[in-house]
Order: sequence, then structure tokens, then C-alpha cells
Amino acid sequence: MRNTLIVTKRELGAYFSTPVAYVFLVIFLAAIGAFTFYLGSFFSRSQSDLQPFFTFHPWLYLFLIPAIGMRLWAEERKTGTIELLLTLPVSTFQVVTGKFLAAWLFTLLALVLTFPIWITVNILGDPDNGVVVASYLGSWLMAGAFLSLVACLSALTKNQIIAFVVGAAVSFLFLMAGLDIVLGAFRSWAPDWVVDVVSSLSFLTNFQQISKGVIDLREIVFFVTMIGVFLFANTAIVDLKKSA
Amino acid sequence: MTDDVLEVRGLTKRFGPLTAVDNVSFNVRKGEVLGFLGPNGAGKSTTMKMITGFLSPSAGTAVVKGFDVASDPIAVKSRIGYLPEGAPLYGDMTARALLNFVAEIRGLSKPERKRRIEEVIEQVHLEEVIFRPVETLSKGFKRRVGLAQAILHDPELLILDEPTDGLDPNQKHEVRTLLQKMAPTKAIVISTHILEEVDAVCTRALIIAHGKLLADGTPEELRARSSAPSSLSIRVPVGGAEQIRTKLRALAGVGFVEITGKVAGIAHVTAAPDGNDDILAVVSDLMKRENVSVDQIVAIPGSLDDVFREITQRQAGH
Repeated sequence: MRNTLIVTKRELGAYFSTPVAYVFLVIFLAAIGAFTFYLGSFFSRSQSDLQPFFTFHPWLYLFLIPAIGMRLWAEERKTGTIELLLTLPVSTFQVVTGKFLAAWLFTLLALVLTFPIWITVNILGDPDNGVVVASYLGSWLMAGAFLSLVACLSALTKNQIIAFVVGAAVSFLFLMAGLDIVLGAFRSWAPDWVVDVVSSLSFLTNFQQISKGVIDLREIVFFVTMIGVFLFANTAIVDLKKSA
Repeated sequence: MTDDVLEVRGLTKRFGPLTAVDNVSFNVRKGEVLGFLGPNGAGKSTTMKMITGFLSPSAGTAVVKGFDVASDPIAVKSRIGYLPEGAPLYGDMTARALLNFVAEIRGLSKPERKRRIEEVIEQVHLEEVIFRPVETLSKGFKRRVGLAQAILHDPELLILDEPTDGLDPNQKHEVRTLLQKMAPTKAIVISTHILEEVDAVCTRALIIAHGKLLADGTPEELRARSSAPSSLSIRVPVGGAEQIRTKLRALAGVGFVEITGKVAGIAHVTAAPDGNDDILAVVSDLMKRENVSVDQIVAIPGSLDDVFREITQRQAGH
């Protein structure tokens, strides 16, 4: 755990020592604002909730999470620092979790910085703050699931662009797994239970459940499990590359 | 109980059809500075990567202080200081932040961290660049930051992949002096293709080519393996130099003769043997017969360069 946190600290520092962190935060906040007010009609629907705000989170994550996660391993491979890192007395899993945690805390910061909209809706009306908290939690968990997926893919290449594109594409599949665009590819040949399993992997469906305010343990367990699975896959990929 | 710090047993690495390292075994004791010699692509770096746990071997293993890198990698890594090839470093960090990160991961306590960082900064002369981001440093300074992070925890085994590459002659000298100073308390393995370095710091040298270990011995032992017998440097008065050259050339067994310098009335004539026979006897006979006044005849033994070329090219030739 100690080693994990040391890696986390270094990685967080790496985000802020370059303009990446600031560019990301500005774009994220500007985009989420624009979507909420223009596409989501925040004012004109005259309802005191944050539904139009949270609706767009999955779609923003689709591009912004690969942007944060693509460098996690690809950059280390490109510059060769992975050799420095992995010959220090740390386990691969500690490094994997340390890197993930840094990026995940960074997305938490981005989410926290959206607080003005929460204040706004509380001034204008009387929203159900329980639903808001649940939605924030769900959004952060979903960001974590996307992030662990992208980190895992980043470990496969030393090219950040490839990590980004593949990361966004695979994220899209997981996001849409509950919808026909993905399920259609399975229905024609796979047995029903396979289709059901694929459908249950949908980030979108799981997130929508949480953001309705129905805090069900199932959705939380789903995202936490996803994070765990991808972190283990990430560890396995890094270890396998050693014997390549 | 041996005082072996590192024991390499049958280390092998295959990349697809290519065998980069082929059944390499050797031991390194405390106090030894082992020079790992070989042409580029010989398998030096790959061997080092396997010892330090960055690559998994296809066969064989490395044991550091009794810990096997395959079964107990953390114990091995904590006992090794490693400078990877090209000294990769986090460019966005300052030299000091980077050293602090490595010291933290290596489990040094806070006061110890501060003390050791100050010490290594002084040892490798990083004072002037310590607060600059690593990516803005010159190649020489980067290499020194890499060296600093490797010796930070005072490891029992130091593995340095081309530690003096990219340094100027003064810096090279400093690094070698530093290695010599640390040598008695550690086992040190350095890879290099600069042969003078072996003479300067190594107590033992391994020659590796095409993944195979071809020679193992002290620099003197290796030099003695030179199949070329010594050439001679003969000091004679300038007046007779030309005549001697002509006569030496005519001598059986002598291949190459040249007047290499004329200083203060004394000329140096260098004579190299043609075949594998020692020429000292025939040359001194000639000198006596011709009644030449000779100041000095010095035998120059075969150089490491020759041995290195012979060993590695013989391997490539078949």
C-alpha cells in the first residue's frame, strides 16, 4: 500500500508538471457546462435536478478518459522509464494500482470542480441531494471503470495515439453493450444467456440506474468489479510483456 | 559459504527464433568489478535486464545474495542498484524529486533519505542541476542522475549498463574513480565496449558475443590469450635507424617495421612479428651481429583490443 501511494504521488505530480492536467480540466468543465445548458436545456426544463448534467458524463468520458489514461503505460515504454520503475523493489500490482489511483483521483478533482452547478441548482430550487450524491458517486465509479480499461490497453503499446484510439473504441463497446448497436452483433448467433451477459456489462445502463437515484448495491458492485478485473488484466499484461 | 553476491546460472533468453543470450553462467564476488565486454548486440544488456528482473529468462536464473530473481524478485531488486541502458529517467521531474522518489520506493526513512541524497549529489557532482527538470539536462548530467539513483541505497550489487557512455574524458575519469572507491564493499558489474575502461577499473572481464560467453578472466589473463606474440620497441641512435630498419625487414619472422619517432637523437623502431613466433631472440641476435648500439628493447604485449577482436570475430566467422 505504501509503495502504491508513492507511485500515485509521482504520477499525480506528472499530470501537473505538464499542461496536460490544466488543459484537461478546462476542456472537461467547458464541455460539461455547454452540454448541460445547451443540449440538456438545464434552465428551460424548469426542474431542480442535475439530470441534464449527469446524462452527458458517459459521453464525455468516452473521449476524455482515454486522454488521461493513454499515457499511463505507453509513455513509460516509449521513454524506457518502465525499466527504471519495474527494477525498483515494487510489485507489478502495486505499480498498476498506483498509476490507476493517480488518474482516478485526477478525475475526482475534475468532478469536484463541477460544484458550482450543484450550488446553482440548490439556489434555484430544492433538488433531491441524495440523488445528486448518488449520481456523483456513480459517475466517479464509471470513470474508474473506463480508466482501468484504458490503462490496461495502454500497457499493450508504446504508442499513445494507439492507446487513445483503441481505448476510446473499446470504451464505446462497453458503454453501448446494453444497446442494439452492440447486442445486434451477438443476437444472430449467440445463445440468449450470452446476450444477457453482454447486455449486463453495459456501463451506460448501470450508470443510468445509479443516476436515477436508485442506489442499488448491484451497480456499485458492477463498477468496482470492472475496475478490479481490468487492474488484474493490466498486471498480467505488464508481467507477460517481461517474458516476450 | 561463499561470498558470491551474484550467481548467474545458465541464463538464456530467446526472442522468437533469435537466441539473444545463450546459457551464460558466472559468479561475482564482493570486491570484484566485473567488466562485461562485447560488440553491440552481443547480449550484454539483455543479460543485465534478466538479472535485474526486468525480463524473464527463457531458461536459467540469477541469484543475488541467495535470493532467486524468479521466485523472490522484490528481495533481489532491493539489493541491486541498476543503471539501465541509456539511463532512462522521468524527464518532467527535477533531479532532486526523482532521487527522492527512488529513495522513498527503496524504503529509506525521511532523515536517511535526506542524508543519502545529499551524499550522492556530492559524489556524482549534481549540485548545479539538482533543481532542474531532468529533460533539460545534458547527456552527461542525465547519466550522472542515473548513476546517483543506482547508488542511492548503497546496494550490495551494482549493475551499470554503459555507465560512462556520453561522458567527456574528465567525467569518465570521475565515474571510474567513484567505482573504484565503492568497489571494496560491493560487487559491481559494468558493461562497456570501451576496452580502456576494463583496464582502468575492472578486476575481471567477461567477453560475450552472439549471446555466448567466450572468455572469463582478469584483464592480464585475457591479454595473455592474445595469439600475437609481443612486438618490440627498439631505441637506437638516429644515425643508424634507417639501416636497422632495412636489416630488420630482411629478417625472417619479422613482418612489420616502422620508425615511430625521433626525439633528441634517439629513434624508436617498432618491429612486429609476422607469424606466431617470438622475435626477441632473432632481433637481439641481429643487433649483436651487426654491432649496433641499442639503448633499449622493450617487448609490448598483445593488447586487449587484439584479444577482443580475435575472440569475437572468431565467433562471428563460423
